[in-house]
Amino acid sequence: MAAAEDKKMFLVIESGNVAQPFRWSAGTYGSKFLTEIRDNKKFWGIKCPKCGKVYVPIRSVCGPCYAEMTELVPVSDEGNLITFSVVSFGFVDPSTGKQKPVPYGYAVIKLDGADSYLIHYIDETDPEKLKAGMRVRAVFEEDGKRTGSMMDIKHFELI
Amino acid sequence: MARAAAVVGTGQTRYANRRDDVNIPELAREAASRAIEDAGIDPRDIEAVVIGSGPEVFEGVNRPDLWVGSALGQAGRPVTRIQTGGTSGAGATIAAFYHVASGLHDVVLAVSYEKLSDGIPSYSFSTLSDPFWDRGFSSGAAPLVGLQSCQYLARHAPKVREDHGAMVAVKNRKNAMRNPYAQLQMEITVDDVMNSSPVASPIKALDCCPLSDGAAALVIAEERRAKKMASRPAWFAGLGACSESPYAPNIDMAYPESCVRAAQLAYQMAWIYDPVRELDVAEIFEAFSFQELIWTEALGLCNPGEGGRMVESGVTAMEGEFPINPSGGVLSANPIGASGMIRQIEAAMQVMGKAGAHQLPGVRKSLAHSWGGVVQFSTVTIFAGEL
Ligand SMILES: [Zn+2]
Repeated sequence: MAAAEDKKMFLVIESGNVAQPFRWSAGTYGSKFLTEIRDNKKFWGIKCPKCGKVYVPIRSVCGPCYAEMTELVPVSDEGNLITFSVVSFGFVDPSTGKQKPVPYGYAVIKLDGADSYLIHYIDETDPEKLKAGMRVRAVFEEDGKRTGSMMDIKHFELI
Repeated sequence: MARAAAVVGTGQTRYANRRDDVNIPELAREAASRAIEDAGIDPRDIEAVVIGSGPEVFEGVNRPDLWVGSALGQAGRPVTRIQTGGTSGAGATIAAFYHVASGLHDVVLAVSYEKLSDGIPSYSFSTLSDPFWDRGFSSGAAPLVGLQSCQYLARHAPKVREDHGAMVAVKNRKNAMRNPYAQLQMEITVDDVMNSSPVASPIKALDCCPLSDGAAALVIAEERRAKKMASRPAWFAGLGACSESPYAPNIDMAYPESCVRAAQLAYQMAWIYDPVRELDVAEIFEAFSFQELIWTEALGLCNPGEGGRMVESGVTAMEGEFPINPSGGVLSANPIGASGMIRQIEAAMQVMGKAGAHQLPGVRKSLAHSWGGVVQFSTVTIFAGEL
């Protein structure tokens, strides 16, 4: 059967432009983490009482130990690049509905004082200029523009 | 101790970019009917149904089991649905195995499907991440595997190179030419892959799996029934599943603990000490070419850093000493929720001697692998021709 004929024969029902809003509770520690970034441009981690590992972003359970964490510790806004990818195809940010301009740098970062990894953008789009282990620093959104989300950090930059 | 159980029949649809001639239940039914027919049984012999499919948001139908089940002979029977992303299909098989191995049921059908053309995968993917930390950056599978591949290449350079990924893409697309169900059957060169458009460094267009519509199904039976239904059933010899948390301390995407652990569990259960010697073939979930190298190492089929050599020397080719993905793998078709089960079906068919034009000679034991989540879930299934 020809492709053109197929199209006429088989119906496709479209959903239309539906939108379903949600509201997500960030929780006690998640709220603390995000408000500290918003109000003070400071990163906080949370420390496992059993293994001593520090998690950033904050979560309340250390998976491997299955231990509840309550001790907040300050961590640096500088760290190391663990791995990266320069992304060349666009995607729609589900929270804004806007297309992310390409290419952009995508990175796994370990902040000084933390043991876990953080995902964010890096403002370098030439993969040849990036290398695991490089030093990076958070670049915050300007005062008054931060809203209490990970986007309050515009991106990380190479030091 | 679990009862012995085996795959006695398998069914697949042809994998295609778009199947407008069927809706989701019809797509799933196509594979289910073929599996039932292949097992040579009456649909009424099926005692329970397990469905595996990816995230609901891929197709925009919440609780698809409400809709799909009746097309699969669910009426009057227990039904379970498994959803763990890329490992959904393999998970459905494992759950169906539990049904039989536990002694609760004698004959169980596992079906998996995905109809990615019903949605917009790049939108759906970004809603899979948690809304606080990852969602703003979550741009789909390719950037994630870009991070993984970059970490892997950096660790093993210059032993493993970017063109080793390209060699996997060439090999698997060529193998797919012998698989009637494959979506991408291509004769391409390493240069074609290296020169294809950048997607998420180091991943290029030809390093990526396609988006697919498709379904797969298999029938599992206990020992006595299995021996009646199939001349050479594929016995479950080993199973392993493991998960870990994304971006946690010490998580290593270039040598994922979940995959290493799942393999160890499966080898232990199957009494396998030297996997590359004792197994004859592996079907592994390489959604992106570099992943075949990474999984080959994590599954213990070679030492860390040797993945490149495995493909370059031809060991993993169809004619090699240890063929990997003779079906063409996920690089040749990826209906996500079904892909893990397709690996199991292909591995089982090799043991049953039913793989057709891509059948390898004398397969006694085979391995099927799948991964899902943020390189976070892994499953390993081992089939044997002898109990
Ligand atoms: Zn701990």
